[in-house]
Amino acid sequence: MDHLLWLIPALPFAGFVLLVVFGKHLPRAGAALIGVGSVGLAALLTLVIGATFLSAPPPNHVYAQTLWTWLNIDGFAPAIGLTLDPLALTMTFVITFVGFLIHLYSVEYMRDDAGFSRFFACMNLFVGSMLVLVLADNLLLLYLGWEGVGLCSYLLIGFWYTDPANVRAANKAFIVTRVGDTAMAIGLFLLFQQFGTLDIQTLMTRAAQQWPVGSPLAIAAAALLLGGAVGKSAQLPLQTWLPDAMAGPTPVSALIHAATMVTAGVYLIARTHALFALAPPVMAAVALIGAATLLLAGVSALVQTDIKRVLAYSTISQIGYMFLALGVGAWPAAIFHFLTHAFFKALLFLGAGSVILALHHEQNMLKMGGLRRKLPLTFWTFLIGAASLAGLPLLTAGFYSKDWIIWDTYASPTGNGWLWLAGVGGALLTALYSFRMVFLTFYGDAKTSVVHRPGPCISIALVVLAFFALVAGWLELPASMGHWTPFSDFIHPALTEPRIVRGGISGELVSQLVTGAIVLAGIFISYLLWLAYPALARKIRQSAAGAALGRFWLGGWGFDALYDRLIVRPIIWTARLNKDDAFDLIYDFIAWLSGRLNGVLSVTQTGQVRWYAVAIALGAILMLAAAVLL
Amino acid sequence: MATIPIGHALLLAGALFALGLTGLLVRRDIVFILMSLEIMMNASGLAFVAAGARWGAPDGQIMFIFILSMAAAEVSVGLALILQLNHRLKTLDVDAASQMRG
Repeated sequence: MDHLLWLIPALPFAGFVLLVVFGKHLPRAGAALIGVGSVGLAALLTLVIGATFLSAPPPNHVYAQTLWTWLNIDGFAPAIGLTLDPLALTMTFVITFVGFLIHLYSVEYMRDDAGFSRFFACMNLFVGSMLVLVLADNLLLLYLGWEGVGLCSYLLIGFWYTDPANVRAANKAFIVTRVGDTAMAIGLFLLFQQFGTLDIQTLMTRAAQQWPVGSPLAIAAAALLLGGAVGKSAQLPLQTWLPDAMAGPTPVSALIHAATMVTAGVYLIARTHALFALAPPVMAAVALIGAATLLLAGVSALVQTDIKRVLAYSTISQIGYMFLALGVGAWPAAIFHFLTHAFFKALLFLGAGSVILALHHEQNMLKMGGLRRKLPLTFWTFLIGAASLAGLPLLTAGFYSKDWIIWDTYASPTGNGWLWLAGVGGALLTALYSFRMVFLTFYGDAKTSVVHRPGPCISIALVVLAFFALVAGWLELPASMGHWTPFSDFIHPALTEPRIVRGGISGELVSQLVTGAIVLAGIFISYLLWLAYPALARKIRQSAAGAALGRFWLGGWGFDALYDRLIVRPIIWTARLNKDDAFDLIYDFIAWLSGRLNGVLSVTQTGQVRWYAVAIALGAILMLAAAVLL
Repeated sequence: MATIPIGHALLLAGALFALGLTGLLVRRDIVFILMSLEIMMNASGLAFVAAGARWGAPDGQIMFIFILSMAAAEVSVGLALILQLNHRLKTLDVDAASQMRG
């Protein structure tokens, strides 16, 4: 079955082409069938190929397929080549499988939208580009997918383009990620200039041979790639675009801005981890960025009122966890958290979408409430998602993945107590904001009436994702709880676990108990503040300090205002200043002179034939006079 | 045989040319302009013939034949233009045909 690997990205692309060409003439059912079917087939194919891969692993646990040579310039010949290793297989599985469920959900969510087939065309293009990104065997092809998903993100954030705010959000997402992408492109130039190839496998081997650990070039290359990863994954300091990206339809937020595209940065670092291992300062920066982002975004999530913005900040925060794990060399833990996060965050977004649909596009949590009884299925699945996000001990997938990361931040060779503390603090924040969301939305008094109940498509997607949000964690049980490790065994050929240098099993148990207790305490505090004694929460909110901090956090720590002052306005100011481009003056003068000369000469064009004859006669006389006299 | 001095012949040609040019410039009727053109051309033809006689070379007479045929062509085109002008503007005044004013 391995030779059918190319079909996995080709199917969504085919769906995209069909929808773009025939979309306008297709009935909705047809467009839905193509849109969902292409991704569904890709998911099915991934399952089959995955099963083959597991039962009969190819040599070196890598299956490569070179389709053709993309271009060949003076020895630089990047191929259109696909590589399937355990890391790529994990990503492919999440993209196609979660992608399929979200497509299915969209059929109902977008039912009445005028741009139905356009929506599915963009979604299919996105899935195809994302698959190219994760399956690419060289960095150039990866970059193609990288830009492809950026384009789709732009198209889908601005999907409802008649509202200028949505267009601004789309532009912001595109421009801010472009900052990171530029750094990444320069990184690719540097790598190519040094090694003459962009093939990932060769590149990693040669880098490890040529560059000693900590060499300046390795640090520069890793830092530039990190720039790209930070932009795409919305980490500090380029995180500002993601909350605004919620302007797009909710399935888009679930697929692109939660489950798949924003984790491309994590994938990039994991894919080039051999290079990052050569640059310890960059690794430390990755860990620091992760820790800072997860705390800052967690605090911001705590005060948001728009349910989707809570989830957006939560996504930033959870990707912060993945960066934290990458920064301490815990590659498998980062990918495991990616896996569980994709399930529970997609579930939460789809649940939120179902609530939003039920309340006729109301997104303000303060206007919701009491939906527990009216939307029981949404409530239970959302509760499972929130519990998994909070990391409710033992039951949920989020607990196992987050716990693994938190333990590795302490126990790995580059880990330390501070990073561990940041991880645990993040767990408290996560528990607080995720249950605040549950309590505000589903408990308390009903404030709005329900106009739409989830139909079969939404229900199926929610239930399946809820199932995985619970059980996905059992793929990896920590050493203190039976040490059942099918996930890390599976991914081992691509990504190895860091050595545990501190703590041992008892230390791990202590860490888990502390985290578990913190999570439960967080849920309890959340219960007190937003359900049992809402007056207390109101009092905090209305105190002077509370109100000021609340506003500050609501705006995401003032980063938008800061960038506006530091970058946007100076650029606009300079642009205004040089509006009459200095060089333009030269050309303007030439144009002005020609205009004047034209004016003078056109006066002589009287249209009177006899005047022309006079001119000719005078000219002839002048010529003769000149000939005679000179 | 008494020969006419070349100076006289050239003087006559110059006088004819000047007459033609004056007629061309002062007349507004296009038919007269065409006639003035004929006079100017014949003046130059006369100068050619006189010069040819002076040097005893046939070139002058050949050039005169050229000028004659050119004049015939010019008249045919010119008359066609006159017809068109009359047809379009209902007048033969060239000053009226000034649509190409810049």
